[in-house]
Amino acid sequence: MKAFAQHRGVAAPLLVDNVDTDQIIPSREMKRVSKLGLGDGLFAGWRYQYDGTERTGENPEFVLNKPQYRNASILLGGRNFGCGSSREHAVWALADFGIRAILAPGFGRIFRSNCARNGLLAVELEQTDIDRILAADGDTATEIEIDLDAQAIRLRDGTAIEFRVPQGDREMLLKGLDYIDYTLQYEKEIDAHVARDRQSRPWAHL
Amino acid sequence: MATTLFDKIWDTHEVRQLPDRSSLVHVDRVFLHERTGGVALTSLADRQRTVRNPRHVFATMDHILDTFPGRGDKTLVPGGEVFIRTMRKKALDSGIVLFDIDDSRHGITHLISAEQGITLPGLVVACPDSHTCTLGALGAVGWGIGSSDCEHVLATETLRTAKPGQLRVWFDGTLGPGVTAKDMVLHLIARYGAAGARGYALEFAGPAVTALDMDGRFTLCNMAVEFSAFTGLIAPDQKTVDYVKGRAYAPDGDSWSECEREWAQLRSDDDARFDLEYRIDCAQIEPTVTWGTSPQHAVGVSQSVPSPAAADDPETRKTMELALDYMGLVPGQPLKGLAIDAAFIGSCTNARLDDLRAAADILRGRRVAPGIRAICTPGSQQVKKAAEAEGIDRVFTDAGFEWREPGCSLCFNAGGEGFAPEQRVMSSTNRNFRGRQGRKSRTHLASPAMVAAAAIAGRIADSREMRTDKDAA
Repeated sequence: MKAFAQHRGVAAPLLVDNVDTDQIIPSREMKRVSKLGLGDGLFAGWRYQYDGTERTGENPEFVLNKPQYRNASILLGGRNFGCGSSREHAVWALADFGIRAILAPGFGRIFRSNCARNGLLAVELEQTDIDRILAADGDTATEIEIDLDAQAIRLRDGTAIEFRVPQGDREMLLKGLDYIDYTLQYEKEIDAHVARDRQSRPWAHL
Repeated sequence: MATTLFDKIWDTHEVRQLPDRSSLVHVDRVFLHERTGGVALTSLADRQRTVRNPRHVFATMDHILDTFPGRGDKTLVPGGEVFIRTMRKKALDSGIVLFDIDDSRHGITHLISAEQGITLPGLVVACPDSHTCTLGALGAVGWGIGSSDCEHVLATETLRTAKPGQLRVWFDGTLGPGVTAKDMVLHLIARYGAAGARGYALEFAGPAVTALDMDGRFTLCNMAVEFSAFTGLIAPDQKTVDYVKGRAYAPDGDSWSECEREWAQLRSDDDARFDLEYRIDCAQIEPTVTWGTSPQHAVGVSQSVPSPAAADDPETRKTMELALDYMGLVPGQPLKGLAIDAAFIGSCTNARLDDLRAAADILRGRRVAPGIRAICTPGSQQVKKAAEAEGIDRVFTDAGFEWREPGCSLCFNAGGEGFAPEQRVMSSTNRNFRGRQGRKSRTHLASPAMVAAAAIAGRIADSREMRTDKDAA
C-alpha cells in the first residue's frame, strides 16, 4: 500500500454537508471488477453535463473542473462526508483521481475506515480550522502541506493546524502496512479464541 | 457489573484489544453479494490467501442482477454479467454456499440471511453492505464493511474496529393505527438528525418496539445506519425465538434448547448504563414522508415543507436550500397532494410479507392513478411465494403494479434501471440521496402503505384515510 508521510498539494473546497458515496461515485459508474480506473466516474453526477444519461462534456461550474483546482490532491469537505453506502469504490475513485487527503468536520464511519486501508488520509477538523484554510487564500487555489508524522497542517502564511487521527490508521498510513498482515500477527490468538468459542457456543458453529 | 445487550455480544467476540485501542473482533457469519463479493475473493486469491472458514460465508446476487420476470445473467448494468459470473465462479472455487438467481431461497442478502437462519441471536455478522444492521432485529450485531474489511474478514474471521459508545432509543406508548416501523425511524432521524447516532451502537427498546412483529423490527434496525449508528439492535424475545425456530441453518435438537437458554440472557440489564438515551413518544408519530435529500428531511404527512430560514446555522440552511431546489419544492408547501410520477415498493428496508400485506390493504379493489409507474419487487423468493399464496400478487397486478423478481432493484439503480430526471418517486426504500434512484430523480421515502396510497391517488396522500381493513393494526 502507498505510504503517507508528508503531502503538499492544492486543496479544493467541496463544502456541502452529507456528500454521500452515491455522489462520490454513482452506482452506474462502478463498471469494473477491479479497483483501478474508477477516477473517471468520480463525482460523475456533478462533474459532467448530460443529455439524458449520455455525458456531453464537463460541467465548468464543478469545483474540480475549475482551472485552479484541476490538480487538486486534497479535498475540503462538509459535515458527514462519505456517508451512505459502504461501497469502497468511493475511496478507490478518489485515489484513482489523485486525491490523497480529505479534511472535513466529520466522516461517514465506513468511508473513513476505507480511506486508511487505501492510503488515503481522512482528517477530522473543526469547522473553524476548515474556514482558516479557506481564508488563507481566498478564491485562489489553496496549497497546504499535511504532515502525518507530526499530525499538523501547514498553511502558506506559516501557521499550522494540529490534528489527530486514530493511532492504528496513522501507523498503517505512515508505514504503508498491509491491512491483513497487520492482523495476522495475532493469528494464534484468533485460533485460540475460535477453539474456545467452539466449546462454549457450539450452536454458533456450522 | 450491569451490562448492555451490545456489551454482552461484544464481550463474547472480542479476541483482544489492539495497541491503538481498537479491538480484534471474531465474526460468526459473512454474507457476500455480486457487486463486491467476486472482487474481494479475486483480490484475496491474487494475494495467495484463502477463505479461513468457508462454512460461515454465504453469497447471493442482489446488487447488479435485474428484477424483470424471466431474468438471467444479462442485466442492464454495463458489464454487469461479469460481476454475476465472477461471483458464481469464485463462490464455487472457495467452497461458499451461493443462493443463485434460480434458487428458491434467493433474495436480498439481509432478508435471506434471516430467512435461512444464517444470522442468529447473539452472533456477529458482516456484509459489504451498509444495511447489514437490519439483522440487529434478531438480537445480532451486524455492520456494513468496505471491500478491504471484507477481504480481511474472509482471511482472518475477524474485523478490527473500535468499540462504539452505547445509545438507547426508547419508543414510549403505542403507535396509532396505520403508523409503522418506517414512520418511527424516519421520525427519529428527523428529530435528532442523520448523524444523531454517530459513534454509537443503538439499542431500540420500549413498549412500541416490543409490540412490533419481526418484519417491523427489521425495518427499524435497517434504518439505523441512516441515523449514522454503528449498528442497531433489539433484544430477542419470544417473537424472535419463534421466528428462528426450524429455519434451515438454525440449530435444532439439544442444541436448540441450549440456544433458548442462552438467548434469554441477551438483554440489557435493568441498571445498565447507556452513554446517551433518546426517548420518543409514539403518540406524536404520524405517517412520515421525506421532502429533501437526506432521511433527516422528513415530516408527518399532515405537515408542510419546512423553511430553511428557520434553520439554526448557515450550513444547515444552505443544505436545506439545495435540497429544496433539487426536489423542486418551496417552503410552506403542503406535502399532502404533491403529484408523483412513480411508486416503488421494495428493498431490504420494506419488502417483507407484512410490508406487502400493508400495501395490498390499500391497493385492494383500486387502480393506480393514470400515468403513474408502479413497481413492486418482493425482497426474496420466499416472501414472493408467501405473498402469492395469499393472492397479494393479484392485488398488486390488478391495481396496475408491476410484480417483479427479488433484488435491490430501483432502490439505487441496481440492475441498471433508474427513474428519469425530475421524476418524483414515492419509495419504500432507505435513501433519498440525490440521484440515488436515477440521475436527478426525486425520491420521497415512506412506508409501503404510504407508497401504495400515493400510487392510487397519483399524489402524496395519508394512507390512514385509504385503508380497506380498518381493524388491521
